[in-house]
Amino acid sequence: MTARSAVIAGVHEFPERKTARSILEIQAISARAALDDAGLTPRDVDGFFTAGSGGIGPLPTLDYLTLTPRYVDGTTIGGSSFVAHVHHAAAAIAEGRCRVALVTYGSTARSQGIAVGTRGRAAGEYVDQFEAIYGTSTVALYALVAQRHMHIYGTTGRQLAAIAVACRRHAGLNPFALYRDPITVDDVVASPMIASPLHLLDCCVITDGGGAVVVVHPEIARDLAKPPVRILGAAEAVAHTAAGQRDYLVSAAAQTGPRAFGEAGIARDAIDLAMIYDSFTITVLVTLEDLGFCEKGEGGPFVEHGRLELGGALPMNTDGGGLSSNHPGMRGIFLIVEAVRQLRSEAGPRQVPDCRLALVHGTGGALGARHSGATLVLARD
Amino acid sequence: MTSYGGPLPEITPESRPFWEGCRRHELLLQRCRACGTLQHYPRGVCARCWGTALDWVPSAGRGTVYTFTVVHRSQTPGFKERVPYVLAYVQLAEGVQVLTNLVGCDPAAVTVDMPVQVAFEDVSGEVSLPCFTPAGPDRTA
Repeated sequence: MTARSAVIAGVHEFPERKTARSILEIQAISARAALDDAGLTPRDVDGFFTAGSGGIGPLPTLDYLTLTPRYVDGTTIGGSSFVAHVHHAAAAIAEGRCRVALVTYGSTARSQGIAVGTRGRAAGEYVDQFEAIYGTSTVALYALVAQRHMHIYGTTGRQLAAIAVACRRHAGLNPFALYRDPITVDDVVASPMIASPLHLLDCCVITDGGGAVVVVHPEIARDLAKPPVRILGAAEAVAHTAAGQRDYLVSAAAQTGPRAFGEAGIARDAIDLAMIYDSFTITVLVTLEDLGFCEKGEGGPFVEHGRLELGGALPMNTDGGGLSSNHPGMRGIFLIVEAVRQLRSEAGPRQVPDCRLALVHGTGGALGARHSGATLVLARD
Repeated sequence: MTSYGGPLPEITPESRPFWEGCRRHELLLQRCRACGTLQHYPRGVCARCWGTALDWVPSAGRGTVYTFTVVHRSQTPGFKERVPYVLAYVQLAEGVQVLTNLVGCDPAAVTVDMPVQVAFEDVSGEVSLPCFTPAGPDRTA
């Protein structure tokens, strides 16, 4: 099995939420720290993966770090990119194409004053002439999915708010989280409407940030200081406008869930921790349904009553998520970092007791137009 | 001419017939001659079989709101001055979805499944944008 042929040996999350460092510095600092975490050195790296650094894919970062890997992957599919990179790294290691794969990310979205969610979506693409002309924004394109979910299934704003409340409670236990003061469901639904039915507190924060992940061949991991985190299953998929024939309530996770869980050979209810991309509350709700944690349409009741909070049946985004901890534009790498911390019992006051199996799912792009999904099933050794 | 100040479409050879249709206040879809697939947005190939033989077919311009959002915050010039405005997918009677703005109605009164019909906003000497308004009586029925 391809995914089982590689393990995660090192991780690092750049702790600052607003920084004077550059995108490249953030990656370099994070890469060094993740290699230190793994007990490896820059000279050991022979596979490199990144997205979103500007310039020609990974070239600026490789130049800056003076790396000359034998395997390079600049897959850019939005916030899920780094989750896909771990999938690709595992495949490359299984093929013998590299042995030590480094995944990096850096962003200064907050310092640059990039309001990720409400800016126009025009990206110089052919499709802009049919979309950007109507005032599209990232938040609006997710709101389209939320509105229909409410209409078809009776999902409520208070149910969506429960997701934001859970993330904020967890952020209170993370000293690096951007927002740590508790919020209530009432606070969420009373916050300013951004694009109905999504309120301000249904939307992720905007920060600087970055991180790195080191994926290695299991033979290398045997000699390292920390226990490796095994990759039991991995999958990626896209969903798009389908030339006008799309069911926008079904996300790419409906494709990746069965494949990743199938490869891992485990049931949904065996998962101890869910790290779910939370660009918006609706992203989490639809993802949980599509991954099979509940039936389609039952996401609203599923997320209520603390199920997603520490102590609940399915603790989610224990770092505070994009909704409260950090979101520099593409936060998929932090899903992996927090899952690894939890599986190694390094999460301190927010530790999930006896965390053995974690589910990671990244979403990139816009649910209400084109998006990607990438899933990992991770296990403690 | 309206006061639309938003981003104008960058019309390309493959999309020109669509925009020329809009200029005539006609909403054109594409149908593949090989497999019969009806599609929107327009493109140079059939989205299903990638064949290049496509016919432009006029839509009756009627449908229902598939989903919508009332946008209260925007940074897009031409739209940030318009908030709140309605972004929506309309499900055309012909069976394809079209991303659009709903205009000529109170944003607070918009609902999913609401019947709508196409309207055209003449925004420049060359460009008319298809948008939708609440449907009047269907004279074709």
